Amino acid sequence: MQRSNIFDYKHYFFFKIAVVVILLAFIAYLAFEPPLGHYGGSWLGYILGIISALLVFWMTWYGIRKRRYRGSGATQGWLSAHIYLGTALTVLVTLHSGFNFGINIHTLAYGLLLIVVISGFFGNYTYMIYPRQMTENMGEDNLDGLLLRIADADKLARQIALIMPDDINNTVSRACSETAIGNGLLEQLRGYQPNCPTANAVAQLTLMGKDLPSDQRKPYRELYSIMVRRLSLVKRVRQDLMYRARLGFWLYFHVPFTIALLVAMMTHIIAVFFYW
Amino acid sequence: MKPEHFSIIIIGAGPSGLSAAVRAAQQNVSYLLLEAAAEPASTIRNYLRGKLVMSEPRALPLRSPLPFTASLRENVLETWERTIAEHHINVRYGAKVIDIIRSEQWLEIELADGTKLTADDVVLAIGVQGNLRKLDIPGGNLPQIQYQLDDPLAYQDETIVVIGGGDSGVENALALTGRNQLMILNRAEDFSNCKEGNLNQLTDARKRGALDWLLETKPQAIEINTSGEFPITVFAKTPKGVERIPCHRVIARLGALPSRPLLESFGVSFPTTDLAALPLLSTHYESNVPGLYIIGALAGYPLIKQGINQGYEVIEYILGNQVEPADTALLRDKFSSFCNDRSVDDVLEKIRKSVPLLKMLSALQLRELVLESNILLPEPGETIFNRNDYSTTFFFIVEGELDVLIDEDDIPDAALKAGEFFGEMALISGRRRSGTVRTKTRCVLIETPRRAMQKLIGSVQSMRRMLDEVAIKTAVHIGIGLSLSEKDLNDIASNASLKNYAAGEELFHEGDEADGLYLIQRGSVTVSHMIGGREVVLFYLAAGHYVGEMSLVSGEPRYATVRAAIETQAVLIEASRMRDIIAHNPKIRSELDARYLKHLQEQENRQQMEVVQESGGTLSQQLSPTSLISFLIQQGVGEATDVLLIDESLCIRCNHCEQACADTHGGATRLDRDTGPIFANIRVPTSCRHCEHPHCMKDCPPDAIHRAPHGEVYIDDSCIGCGNCQVNCPYDVIQMAVVHDQPERSLWQVMLGIQPKTAAKIDGPKVAVKCDMCKDIADGPLCVRACPVGAALRVNPEALLSYASDASGEAILMGSDEV
Repeated sequence: MQRSNIFDYKHYFFFKIAVVVILLAFIAYLAFEPPLGHYGGSWLGYILGIISALLVFWMTWYGIRKRRYRGSGATQGWLSAHIYLGTALTVLVTLHSGFNFGINIHTLAYGLLLIVVISGFFGNYTYMIYPRQMTENMGEDNLDGLLLRIADADKLARQIALIMPDDINNTVSRACSETAIGNGLLEQLRGYQPNCPTANAVAQLTLMGKDLPSDQRKPYRELYSIMVRRLSLVKRVRQDLMYRARLGFWLYFHVPFTIALLVAMMTHIIAVFFYW
Repeated sequence: MKPEHFSIIIIGAGPSGLSAAVRAAQQNVSYLLLEAAAEPASTIRNYLRGKLVMSEPRALPLRSPLPFTASLRENVLETWERTIAEHHINVRYGAKVIDIIRSEQWLEIELADGTKLTADDVVLAIGVQGNLRKLDIPGGNLPQIQYQLDDPLAYQDETIVVIGGGDSGVENALALTGRNQLMILNRAEDFSNCKEGNLNQLTDARKRGALDWLLETKPQAIEINTSGEFPITVFAKTPKGVERIPCHRVIARLGALPSRPLLESFGVSFPTTDLAALPLLSTHYESNVPGLYIIGALAGYPLIKQGINQGYEVIEYILGNQVEPADTALLRDKFSSFCNDRSVDDVLEKIRKSVPLLKMLSALQLRELVLESNILLPEPGETIFNRNDYSTTFFFIVEGELDVLIDEDDIPDAALKAGEFFGEMALISGRRRSGTVRTKTRCVLIETPRRAMQKLIGSVQSMRRMLDEVAIKTAVHIGIGLSLSEKDLNDIASNASLKNYAAGEELFHEGDEADGLYLIQRGSVTVSHMIGGREVVLFYLAAGHYVGEMSLVSGEPRYATVRAAIETQAVLIEASRMRDIIAHNPKIRSELDARYLKHLQEQENRQQMEVVQESGGTLSQQLSPTSLISFLIQQGVGEATDVLLIDESLCIRCNHCEQACADTHGGATRLDRDTGPIFANIRVPTSCRHCEHPHCMKDCPPDAIHRAPHGEVYIDDSCIGCGNCQVNCPYDVIQMAVVHDQPERSLWQVMLGIQPKTAAKIDGPKVAVKCDMCKDIADGPLCVRACPVGAALRVNPEALLSYASDASGEAILMGSDEV
C-alpha cells in the first residue's frame, strides 16, 4: 500500500527545508571569509550559533509538544521537522565552529549534540523495522491476552501434572513458576531467557514420556501439547517485550543527552559572553 | 357471585400506574390497582443495585402527586413505597390480568386466579418489560429460580444453572463466573443469537473452565433435594438423554413476551403489522376499545416522567376534567414565534391542514411529532442545509416556497412549496444531503429529528408509502435525469419498484440478462467479477450511486455480480422503461455512454492490477487492494461513514492516540488501539465507525444520540446511562464510564511525567461514551493528530478503493493536515 510514512510527510516538505538551510549555510560559509578566519565568534559564526541554539530549543520542545494533546496541528509534522532539521543542525553547528575543536566546554557541547542526533537516527531505524515485526509476531493478539493465555495454560498444566509421576510434576511446576518474562532491561532487549525453564521442561518431557503406564499416556500427551503451547506463547511475549524495549531503548540516550546538551550549550553560551 | 366493581381499574404498578392510582385516590373515586408482581415498579426494581434513575426530559414539568426526581434506584423505590402507604393505595399484588372484555355495560377483567372484576374504565400501564417469559415446567416456581440477576456479587461458591442462550442469559452467566460454577442450558444448537463480544467471552470462559454449557437442551423439571449439598436438581433433556444437574440456583432468561398479542387479545387494534407499531390512541390515551386507556411505555412513551404525567392526566380525562397536557406549555413555547395569537390546538390544526403528509397522523402522534421538532422561520434566501451535509432531520413546509439545488451551478433544479416535505433522501440513506435547499420566500418549516420520523414511519403505513414514492422520484431525478421532463420523471417513478436486500444478497449475478437499472437508496454494494476462478471485488458503491447501466448500454449479459455489503434498499427501473428513456433523451444517452466507457477503463485497470498482484507471490497477493476491500467490508466498514485505521507497520505503540483521546474526553479513551482485526498490516481498532444508520441510535430513551452536520455520531449530556446503545452496537465501541473533566497538565507535569491531581475518583453516574470524532475540537480528530508517525488515519469508505490502490487515495485520507 502506498502510504506516507515518517519521512515523506507532506511530500518531504521539511526535508526540502533542511536541504535549503544546509545549502544556504554552506554558501554563506564559502562566500564570506571573515577577517580572522572561520570561528564561532565571527559574525557568520554568531548567526549560525544563534540559529542552532534556537533550533536546539525547538527540537527539545517537541518532547513536550507531543504530550500536550490540546494544541493545534499534527504531531506528525512536528516529528518530521524534528528529524530533518535535527539532522541539518549537525551541519549548522559544524560550520558554526569553523572546524575549531579542542578539549573544552564548546567541543563537549558539540559532541553531546552529535550523540543526541545519532541516537535519534538509531531511533528512526527502530521505528522503521520493528513495528512490522511486532505485528508479525503478535497478529491480532495483544500482550495482556497472551499473558492470560499463559496463566490459563499454567492452571491446566498443573492440574494434569498432579496425576503424573513426581519428576514430571516437578518439571512442570518449575516451568510454571520459574520462567521469567521480561526481567530487567537486558533480558528484555535480548528477548530470551538463557536456560528457559519452559524450554527445558519441553525438552525433558519429551524424554520422560517413554516409560509411562498406558493409562497416563493420554493425559501426558495433553500435558505435552499444553507445555509446547506455553513455550510458544512465552516466546511470543518475550519477542513482543523485546521489540517494545528496543523501540524505547534509544530514548535512554536521546533524552538524557539532550538535557546534558542543554546544560553544556548554556554553559558554552555564557562562557563565550563572559570572555567576550 | 357478582364480580366486584370499580369505576377505574389500573393495571400495572409501575410509575405510570402508580401515578394514576395516587391521583385516583386524591380524587376519591373507587379504583383498584392491579400488579402481577409481588411488589410495585418491577422494571426499576430489576435495575442493577445502585443505578441512577434519571428524570429526562428535563424541561418537562412533573405534575403528578407521585414524587419523582433523578436519584438512586433505592431512593426512588423507597419514595414510591412511602407514597403508596401514605395514600393508602388500594393495590392488589400478584394479580395477573389474563383477559379484558368490553361488554355493553362495562369492562370485565379476569385474573389468572379466576377472580373477575368489572370497571367503567381501565387504564393499562403494564410497560414493555414486565412480561418476562417464565419456566413452564414442574418445579418452575421454586424459590431457587429467578428471572433476573440483580447483583452478581451477591453469589459466592454456588453452582448456578442459567437457562437461555440469548445475550441476557450469557451476560448473566459471564458476570457470575470466577466466584461460582456455571452451566448454561441452550435450546439452540449454538449461541449464534449472541453478540460477537459475548460469544468470544463465552468461549474464552469455557476454555478457562469457568463455565460449561449444554446445547439443544431443554429443562424438563426441577426438584427439591432433601439432603446433600445442593438444594435443587434440574432435569434437562439433551440430545444424549436426560441429564441431572444438581445446583444451588437457576437463573432463567427466556426473553420477554411481546406485548402486542396481549393487547390484540383485548381487542386493541394496531395501525400496521410491524411488531414495533404502537396502538392507536386518542388525544386522551383512549384506545379503540371504549373505556380502555393505554399509557406509559406501552403507548410509546418510554421515559418515566412522561408516564407519570400521563397517569395523572388519564385519571382527569376519565373524570371528565379537561386538563391541559403537561407538554402544552412546551408546545406554547415552541409556537411563541409563530401564530402566538392562537391556542396551541388551533396551531396544531393549522399545521395539520397545511401539510397533507401530517393529515395521516392521529392527534396524539402529531402532538408528539411537533413536540420533538423545531419550528423554523427562515427569511428569503436562507440556506436550510447544504449539499453534502450530514444532517438527517426531516422538514415539512407549512408556509412558503423553497429551491432545491442538486448540481454545482447556482440554478435551482426543483422547487418545493407549502404542504410538501423534503430531506427524505438523507433520512432513508443515512448519507450526506444530495442537494442544497434554500428558501425563496419567507417560510414556516417544521424540522423533525430522524428518530421521531422513523418512529412514525414504523407505525403509519400510509406515511411510509408516500415517503417511498417521493423518495423514488427524487432518486431518479438526482440519479439519472436532471434533464428529464416532469412527465417522464413521474412516468419512470411510478413504474419503478423498491427492492430490499439483506447483507450478502445478490442484486444480480454475472452472466444474468439485464433486468434494469438499480439506484441504491440506502446501504452499499460491492461489484465483483470472477478472475482466475476467484471472485474479485472491483468496486464498492454507496447509497446515491447506481449500478447495472453497463449491460443496459451494451445489451450484453451482466458483466459483474452486484451484492449488498450491508442491508440495502434499491430502486429498480426496468430495462424496457430505461431503454425507452435512453432512446428519447440523447442527453441521458450520452451521459450513460460516457459512464460506460469510463467504467470499462477502470475495470480493465483494476483487472490488470489484480493479475499483476496475483502473480506477484504470496506477500503482494495479501496486499491486493481488492482483498483489502473485502476485509474492510467484512469488518463492517461498508456501513461506516468514517473509520479509524491503524497502519501497524508504522505504529510505534506509543499509545499517544489513546492518551490524547482520554485526556480530552473526560478521562475515558474511546478507542482501543490494540484490539481489532488486522489485515495486511492494517488494523481496524475498536473505535466508532459513525455508521450510516447508527445502531446505537435505535433505542435511546432520552434521544441523546445525534449526528452532527459532518457525520459525527455523538452522545449528548442527556444520556441516562441505560446502556441500550452499548448493547445495540455490533462493534463494541461504546462503553459505560464515569466522565470527569481532565485538567490540562502544566509544563512541569508534562516534563516530569506527573499525572495532574484529578478530583478523587467519585462514583459518579456512569454514562455511555463513544468517539465523537473530536467534533468540538478545532483541527479535527486527536487520535490522528497525536500520532507522531502517521500510523493512525481516518478513512471515508466511499473512496476505499482509491485509498487501497493508488496514491490519488491520499486526498480522501483524513490525514492530519487535511482535516
